[in-house]
Amino acid sequence: MTILSFTLILLCGAFLAGLLGSLTGLGGGVVIIPLLTLVFHADIRYAIGTALVASIATSSGSASAYVKEGITNIRLGMFLEIATTTGAVVGALIAVYMPTNVVAIIFGLVLIFSSLMSFRKKMEFPADKGDSKLAEQLRLNGSYPTTESGVVSYKVHHVPGGYFMMTFAGVMSGLLGIGSGALKVLAMDNIMRIPFKVSTTTSNFMIGVTAAASAVVYLQRGYISPGLCMPVVLGVLAGAFAGSRLLTRANVKGLRIVFSVVIGFLALQMIYNGFTGKL
Amino acid sequence: MKQVFSKYFRDKDIQQLIGKQLRIGVIVSSVMVFIGGVIYLIRHGHEQPSYGDFTGVREGLADLPGIWQGVLENKGMNIIQLGIVLLIATPIIRIAFSVIAFLLEKDYLYVGITLLVLGIIVFSMMGGLAG
Repeated sequence: MTILSFTLILLCGAFLAGLLGSLTGLGGGVVIIPLLTLVFHADIRYAIGTALVASIATSSGSASAYVKEGITNIRLGMFLEIATTTGAVVGALIAVYMPTNVVAIIFGLVLIFSSLMSFRKKMEFPADKGDSKLAEQLRLNGSYPTTESGVVSYKVHHVPGGYFMMTFAGVMSGLLGIGSGALKVLAMDNIMRIPFKVSTTTSNFMIGVTAAASAVVYLQRGYISPGLCMPVVLGVLAGAFAGSRLLTRANVKGLRIVFSVVIGFLALQMIYNGFTGKL
Repeated sequence: MKQVFSKYFRDKDIQQLIGKQLRIGVIVSSVMVFIGGVIYLIRHGHEQPSYGDFTGVREGLADLPGIWQGVLENKGMNIIQLGIVLLIATPIIRIAFSVIAFLLEKDYLYVGITLLVLGIIVFSMMGGLAG
């Protein structure tokens, strides 16, 4: 296979990844690593660098739309970015000492978790009694515009717990080169009790910054290879853009199930290859 | 009440600005990646790809002066890499923007928080963590 055909096939693969990622809300970066390692037999370190860059691209691209709508809680995102960037730097440091097959196994587990998360019931948690003093002091409570009932206000709870979970999400992001959006949403939905719309957009807003914190390390380490990044970034961006156009018309429920099964299968294969030392 | 409203609108202006900056960053960097990619494919398209063993990247692609040197020599790979660097810089520039935005709002707590995030990233960049 020549570089030209390799690039074109990878471009198509990345386009599909971006399209399915945006339609199902799982993000495009999540399938880039198995695509590169299992299908294209690239070393997992190149795959991690490439996926990291892809997640910055999709997150910045879609965050630009969300931020304009005024749903994103910028203060909350900024505050939690202290946790995610610290975690990302730690993750990028750990990555040097961790054998690549262990990285593959951890990646597989996070992938299974992410695909299960996409099935969770979308029910709002009842707001706790009493206000969080810390949230008040940090001015984290916010409001967002809705089409039905005007501007809706909400309060943020359990700030330390959410902060801790975000640090963990940051470590995973730095170690595995993924946005770890599922972990971020878990921290904001389940722990901090923030409305879905706000948590998904704020998590997306934070992914770019978190990924950038470890990408600057990986660039210097030679993980970020232009020959791989070029088709992947362009493909994922085009796919995500097409996905956002289709989103209003497509029935995503069936698609989400299919995609999650595919991801689960890829995850098992990553774990298997990790144990047999093939990755 | 009037105060609440003007605060809401000011927040909104900043959000518009941040949204625009993110969009421009993504567009400019992907155009650059595309141009570099075309040059790279014309020159090296017939060669064999080799990503099976990790050997890092060739010299001049892992640091800014090296990347820039290659761009001046019209090397496709370096132009792609410069686009990637711009892409990585996009969220970082967004943080710098936010510092100014919070300063204008006189929200000094968040000026501090934002500077802290910026500091962590700069440390990550300059701290010799690449090993």
